[in-house]
Amino acid sequence: MTAIDLDGPRTAEPSLGAVLAMLRRGLFGSWFNSLVTLGTVALLALLVPPLLRWLVIDATWSGNAADCRAGDSACWAFISAKIRFILLAFYPAELQWRPVLACALMLGLLAASALPRCWRRELAIAWPAVIIACWLLMAGLPGVIAPVSSNQWGGLPVSLIIWAVCFATALPLAVLLALARRSNMAGLRLLSIAYIELMRGIPMVAILYFAMLILPLALPAGQSMDKILRAIIMVTLFWAAYIAEVVRGGLQAVPDGQREAAATLGLGYWRIMQLIVLPQALRVVIPGLVNQAIGFLLATSLLAVIGIFDLLNAAKASAADPAWLGFYDEAYLFVAVIYFAFGYGGSRYSLWLERRLNRS
Amino acid sequence: MTGVVKAASAFAKAGALRNFATWWGPRPLAQVAVFLAVIALFYGLAANAVASMARIGISPGFGFLDRAANFEIGESPIAFSAGDTYARAILVGLLNTFKVAVLGCVLATVLGVAVGVARLSGNLLLSGLARVYVEIVRNTPLLLQLFLWIALAHALPGPRQALVLFDAVFLTNRGVFVPRLVVDGLPGWGAAAAILVLAGWGVHLLRGRRRATNTLRSVLGSGAAMLAALAAILLLSGAPVALEAPALSGFNIRGGASLTPEFAALLAGLTVKFSAAIAEVVRAGILSVRAGQWEAARALGLRDGQIMWRVVLPQALRVITPLTTSNYLDLIKDSSLAVAIGYPDLVSIVNTTANTTGQAFEALLILILVYLAINLGVSALMNLYNRRIALRGEAPA
Repeated sequence: MTAIDLDGPRTAEPSLGAVLAMLRRGLFGSWFNSLVTLGTVALLALLVPPLLRWLVIDATWSGNAADCRAGDSACWAFISAKIRFILLAFYPAELQWRPVLACALMLGLLAASALPRCWRRELAIAWPAVIIACWLLMAGLPGVIAPVSSNQWGGLPVSLIIWAVCFATALPLAVLLALARRSNMAGLRLLSIAYIELMRGIPMVAILYFAMLILPLALPAGQSMDKILRAIIMVTLFWAAYIAEVVRGGLQAVPDGQREAAATLGLGYWRIMQLIVLPQALRVVIPGLVNQAIGFLLATSLLAVIGIFDLLNAAKASAADPAWLGFYDEAYLFVAVIYFAFGYGGSRYSLWLERRLNRS
Repeated sequence: MTGVVKAASAFAKAGALRNFATWWGPRPLAQVAVFLAVIALFYGLAANAVASMARIGISPGFGFLDRAANFEIGESPIAFSAGDTYARAILVGLLNTFKVAVLGCVLATVLGVAVGVARLSGNLLLSGLARVYVEIVRNTPLLLQLFLWIALAHALPGPRQALVLFDAVFLTNRGVFVPRLVVDGLPGWGAAAAILVLAGWGVHLLRGRRRATNTLRSVLGSGAAMLAALAAILLLSGAPVALEAPALSGFNIRGGASLTPEFAALLAGLTVKFSAAIAEVVRAGILSVRAGQWEAARALGLRDGQIMWRVVLPQALRVITPLTTSNYLDLIKDSSLAVAIGYPDLVSIVNTTANTTGQAFEALLILILVYLAINLGVSALMNLYNRRIALRGEAPA
């Protein structure tokens, strides 16, 4: 989708007068426009003051649950009391440096991956390395660092790790699926189409139930598998179908001549794909992949449905604490801000990247 | 002679075979091996599953559908009580999913178009507000929004202190009450006339389609005429038509249509979440029509409203339709989050079925098949519509 940029040529530094003139035209340009402005102001006057009163002015910023119940506005004291639980859930408090470090590593990896000048071969090694490091930090290593059962994992690190593991594993799988869907071998093409359409046709909740109910049955007798691991496997398979369609869009954008020229030079299929087609195709779809990744991060909240303590579920559980019963709105708003920061930041980044890639 | 025929048919067969071989592509045997490997994998998993089920004493099969389901369902468009069959319970779930998905698609489209237009308006304040709305809604998870909606629905006051909007909509913690249209005792000729009017409109649309005279405006205009005719029939027939508004009586609210808190929360959540997506689609669609189209139409002396209806929207719809289709499909799939807030949709009831019968495999298989059927059905319908609008005025690709 290319939206046409309707902005006129930009002047170097808009003067204050020009800004004021633009504002006047944009708000009171015609009688209809003035009417719309007045209507919008009236709507805002209706909504904003009570919201501000609830959020800030009348809110309780410190104290305990009783102080909060005395007032009838937001209770931010709840957040300061439960922030550790919302972010880390049931992870043992004395070991909390481990999930915090895992989060920091993951965010560092994301930051490095976001900078085009860090796009080097090393990044492909850094991803699995960081993921394994995070997993070891969370799970512990018997004999070296104290093991922590995955039943006690929770909060932001769980959301981030499941998201990163699933996305990183789904991407190569998706490239193979997309190649199969465009291959000249009908058998592979059929399998790939069936797989992609099946996965895209069913809701993620059904996939999670599959992980909970069917996967344990389908394992060989006597085997069992961790709940988080089961969710990761199914979610990876699910996301791969969505990513495959994005990658396919990129493959279609590479002219056939590229492949034909490479074949004329005597390169084989895998060499052509690896050296000629995929680098061009993936470059086209990077912004699309970023958008997809943001959608997936928001979708990790569905893990709450099967009882994994991701960020959203931890927030929900935090307001079930008898000492702080019922401050759900505050808990949800707090995690909404975290999700929003990732989502909005990611979409701005994607726009910036698109412009940059188009320029170079 | 027969020899020639035989040779010809053998040749044709060889041709078909060759065609098949070309279609099947290189490395035919390796591909067959991949197929066999996939089948073997599924067979292995299924065999394990059957063995596991046998170990816990469950025999595979769909016989459980006829057994009595010993659970109640919170709300249902058809009669259901504990003791009815599992098949009927699953049907109730499917109908509940349809109910929320269809209403959600309609409301999300209305709100989404409004927000999309607001986003494009020349008014800086309104477009800014629309943008804030879209960004906040798009960048927070749907499940989180649903949790907030359901918390809100349960935090509403009781019926006696209900929040009342325009004396017609009652918001209470027992649900949302809205007015409904009640018609009783429509005479036979009235019903027949109504059917005739509807059929006439359908014929008018079909003919317009063949002659390519269906503009958005003519469709909307004839639609309005049809509604007016229906209203006239109702008035003439003298059947009592009442807009039954809910009202407080005693400790509860009577009259009108009631929506349970779960349904209202799910509907509100889906509507808001997908209105933001549709608003972006509408905006992208209208922006995709080149500025030159506006300028050319203005040079011909068309007014802004005419340009929008006759020049821009018909072209924008070509971009908007396929994208909105995928939004609708996402909405249907995301209505499955109902399970998290206690609305008995298809996924929720299939999950209960799997847990109470142990037939998880079969229950999920039903779920997957139903969703695939819904998806294919909606895609087919929207493709038909898409072809219709794409045919009008061939634009160079």
